[in-house]
Amino acid sequence: MPDVLDFPSLQAILPELILVLGAMLLLMLGAIRGDSATGVISGLSIILLVAAGAVLAMQPSGKVLAFHGSFILDDYARFLKILALVGSAVAILMSIEFLRAIGRERFEFPVLILLSTTGMLVLVSAADLIALYLGFELMSLALYVIAAIDRDNARSSEAGLKYFVLGALSSGMLLYGCSLIYGFTGTVSFAGIATAAKAGGVGLTFGLVFLFVGFCFKVSAVPFHMWTPDVYEGAPTPVTAFFAAAPKVAGIAVFVRATITAFPGIMTQWQQILVVVSIASMVLGSFAAIGQTNIKRLMAYSSIGHMGYALIGLAAGSPDGVKSVLVYMAIYVAMTLGTFACIIAMRRADGPVEKIADLAGLARTKPAMALFLAIMMFSLAGLPPLAGFFAKLYVFFAAIKAGLVALAVIGVVTSVVGAYYYLSIVRTMYFDEPAPGFVPMRPELGIVLAVTGLFVLLFCVHPGPLVDAAGAAAQSLF
Amino acid sequence: MLSWPVLSVTTFLPLVGALWIMVMQGSDEAVKRHARWAALWTTLVTFGVSLVLVWRFDPSSAEFQFVEKKPWLAGTISYHMGVDGISLPFVILTTALMPICILASWSAIQSRVKEYMIAFLVLETLMVGTFSSLDLVLFYLFFEGGLIPMFLIIGVWGGPRRVYASFKFFLYTLLGSVLMLLAIVAMYNEAGTTDIVTLMRHGFPPEMQKWAWLAFFASFAVKMPMWPVHTWLPDAHVEAPTAGSVILAAILLKMGGYGFLRFSLPMFPLASVDFAPLVFALSVIAIIYTALVALVQEDMKKLIAYSSVAHMGFVTMGIFAVTVQGVAGGIFQMVSHGIVSGALFLSVGVVYDRMHTREIAAYGGLVNRMPLYAFAFMIFTLANVGLPGTSGFIGEFLTLIGTFKVNNWVATFAAFGLILSAAYALWLYRKIIFGRLEKPSLAAVRDLGMREIVILAPLVILTIFFGVYPKPVLDISAAAVTALIDNYHHALAAAAPAKAALLGF
Repeated sequence: MPDVLDFPSLQAILPELILVLGAMLLLMLGAIRGDSATGVISGLSIILLVAAGAVLAMQPSGKVLAFHGSFILDDYARFLKILALVGSAVAILMSIEFLRAIGRERFEFPVLILLSTTGMLVLVSAADLIALYLGFELMSLALYVIAAIDRDNARSSEAGLKYFVLGALSSGMLLYGCSLIYGFTGTVSFAGIATAAKAGGVGLTFGLVFLFVGFCFKVSAVPFHMWTPDVYEGAPTPVTAFFAAAPKVAGIAVFVRATITAFPGIMTQWQQILVVVSIASMVLGSFAAIGQTNIKRLMAYSSIGHMGYALIGLAAGSPDGVKSVLVYMAIYVAMTLGTFACIIAMRRADGPVEKIADLAGLARTKPAMALFLAIMMFSLAGLPPLAGFFAKLYVFFAAIKAGLVALAVIGVVTSVVGAYYYLSIVRTMYFDEPAPGFVPMRPELGIVLAVTGLFVLLFCVHPGPLVDAAGAAAQSLF
Repeated sequence: MLSWPVLSVTTFLPLVGALWIMVMQGSDEAVKRHARWAALWTTLVTFGVSLVLVWRFDPSSAEFQFVEKKPWLAGTISYHMGVDGISLPFVILTTALMPICILASWSAIQSRVKEYMIAFLVLETLMVGTFSSLDLVLFYLFFEGGLIPMFLIIGVWGGPRRVYASFKFFLYTLLGSVLMLLAIVAMYNEAGTTDIVTLMRHGFPPEMQKWAWLAFFASFAVKMPMWPVHTWLPDAHVEAPTAGSVILAAILLKMGGYGFLRFSLPMFPLASVDFAPLVFALSVIAIIYTALVALVQEDMKKLIAYSSVAHMGFVTMGIFAVTVQGVAGGIFQMVSHGIVSGALFLSVGVVYDRMHTREIAAYGGLVNRMPLYAFAFMIFTLANVGLPGTSGFIGEFLTLIGTFKVNNWVATFAAFGLILSAAYALWLYRKIIFGRLEKPSLAAVRDLGMREIVILAPLVILTIFFGVYPKPVLDISAAAVTALIDNYHHALAAAAPAKAALLGF
């Protein structure tokens, strides 16, 4: 089949090629030079990610199908790929010093992130079930290893193992769902399924449910969220930062694309699933977080809640809904990375700390860091004029337009509950008496925090570019 | 005619001042001093700029003036600012009280002065923005954003139970507001725009009006606050620093009344008619019940806080009477209450700064040592009672007349509230000011200093001036109020035949 390797196909996967070939070269470099080259490899990995992003940004907009329609590159894919690349690059940037400090400076780490990111890019562009599964596994296998990167630490190993066992189970369910769908429609391509699925049918719905189980697991939506708090808490903090951003983007991306492009005919079937999942995620995310004392665990529940909000947009099932999901994810990534930059900077002379109580009085010991973390918290709570408010606003616009009023009401009420624990962090920083101060923040963390903080703060001044880009991206799915 | 965007300048000038303070460097003492002066100058200049609004405002027109409109969010949501006769008094009230608040915090706040001044200036931007935005999303942005600085002001510089009070304030208000947000989204969905001017003429379907009215009511009733969702207010007032209480009582509470005037009445007239009895009932309960509660308070600030709830009851009653006297009286009552309750909290702050207690029982016989203070406090107490000749009288009298035309019983019960307010206010005054000066701790108390006179004197003058000559405020709002009521009756008249036809069919 000569046309499989024809030039247009390769051009479409150029970013993936850059990452995967680069990862191989860096792996060899690491094998020859050993762990002492980790700094160089990390730097080169970031450059590769930026290069892949630049290639994506320079590609002309429009839809390209490659490899017999199993790989699709459209505005939607470009938007989310760039987002995932940003998440990965920032995660590597924030990890270098942290892993060195705990003696886990391993050259495999950035390479694994590169491979995982490649999987994400494939996942975002998947246009059939085979590509979907390939991307899924490539992304996940690397993630399992990364979760356990601090291998002598029992909690990190536990996190990796837990993630692996549950992840394998969910992959199995996903695969089972794929096979059911294939069995009932006779095709693996999303477009083909869409045509065949117009009639619906119980078997297809079963397949859809199993497929959704896999997706929900990856984006940690209730009831498949159990791994999230343990993995977030156990994994080293920069790894958690990575888990919280890029894989979530990829997971939501494929969730939306598969649902919208493969099953438009049976929207009534999947809409009710999504409504329930979304409500459950928002409720659990806001109530379960209240009692947490570990900030990473709190962020785990917070991310569960946020996925619930993002899924509201998908449940609306309209171009507006998809646009709101994209805006939500972009803002979510910025808020998450900024918050984790602060959490990584929570380090005393005798090592990193991660209790919320350790933040006490931060406003007096480190006013700038406290201010930015407070901005992140208010934004995560969805308060205007910060970016998190607009993320929720667009989601609610879509939900009300689609007639999902009850979902929107539950959404805003849980956001008030959620505000309680975000405020508790602000209270700890601003109202309480100072705890011993942290060591000075690393410059790269400061830059990440400043950039994301300013983005969150100033988004309201000129929201046009991001919203328009998301709108164009969403349009390419319909 | 100059064409600079005077309204945006008024709104965002405090933010510039806040940035300026933020970048201040130097020794602790120098930063403290500079931050205070910078904040004072910023608020004074802002006040000066806002006077340009008054000077160039055309009171004969009911249209929005100083309008600025720029594309903002995608679609039809724009940055749209403007004031009319209803919002202008509140803008001026805000800018006028801010320098007073800064001065009142001059020596009372000694820790983290820089952050304190930044929080106040940011709050000023958000408050002015709330009153002058002409787009619902923009309004919500300012309205809700104001929670953040106020949360910090209560929580960082507040009293012993500040954490509880700040959380209660924040979560109560937030819960009310998010429901309003959903109504805003639904209105956008229905009308295709969030432009307030357009929405006022839109004519929402009756069923939707009902839900949207309730959602807006949830937000404004909490903010106002109306009985029974007023319980956050006494806690917030007691714990907040003096200037925080002043802003809370004088400006933030007025956002609720402003919201009723700007949104509930013009956009949901049919629902307003249906729900007016509910508002009347809650208002009368607020007037009588919270006045009774005020009678048994032992904390000065708490007493004034409950009296605020009672006074706001007059406002909601007057607004939903939808008569010229009722609405104009409601606006006047809000302005007057802004001055008087602000002044009362400042007066409490004066003695609190000296004695560090707000227990009424800890005072007595202050007139012997503090005659000037006794005089100023007397004026404000009498205005709070609603004595003719003070600004408090005009508002309460107008709202009572306006309501009497619509519903005699409501007005009658509300009038009882006046007696009760005389009871608690005079009781408070007697306990603190009169009697023998027996407490040894009070023996050396000083009378008002120069700074305190500068703070209180303008408020004394305004209280009496507006009591004798209320025309300036009433004139500014007259055209807008008349237009509001005309449109309201037109909307009802337009809906009436439709309703009749429906019934006949």
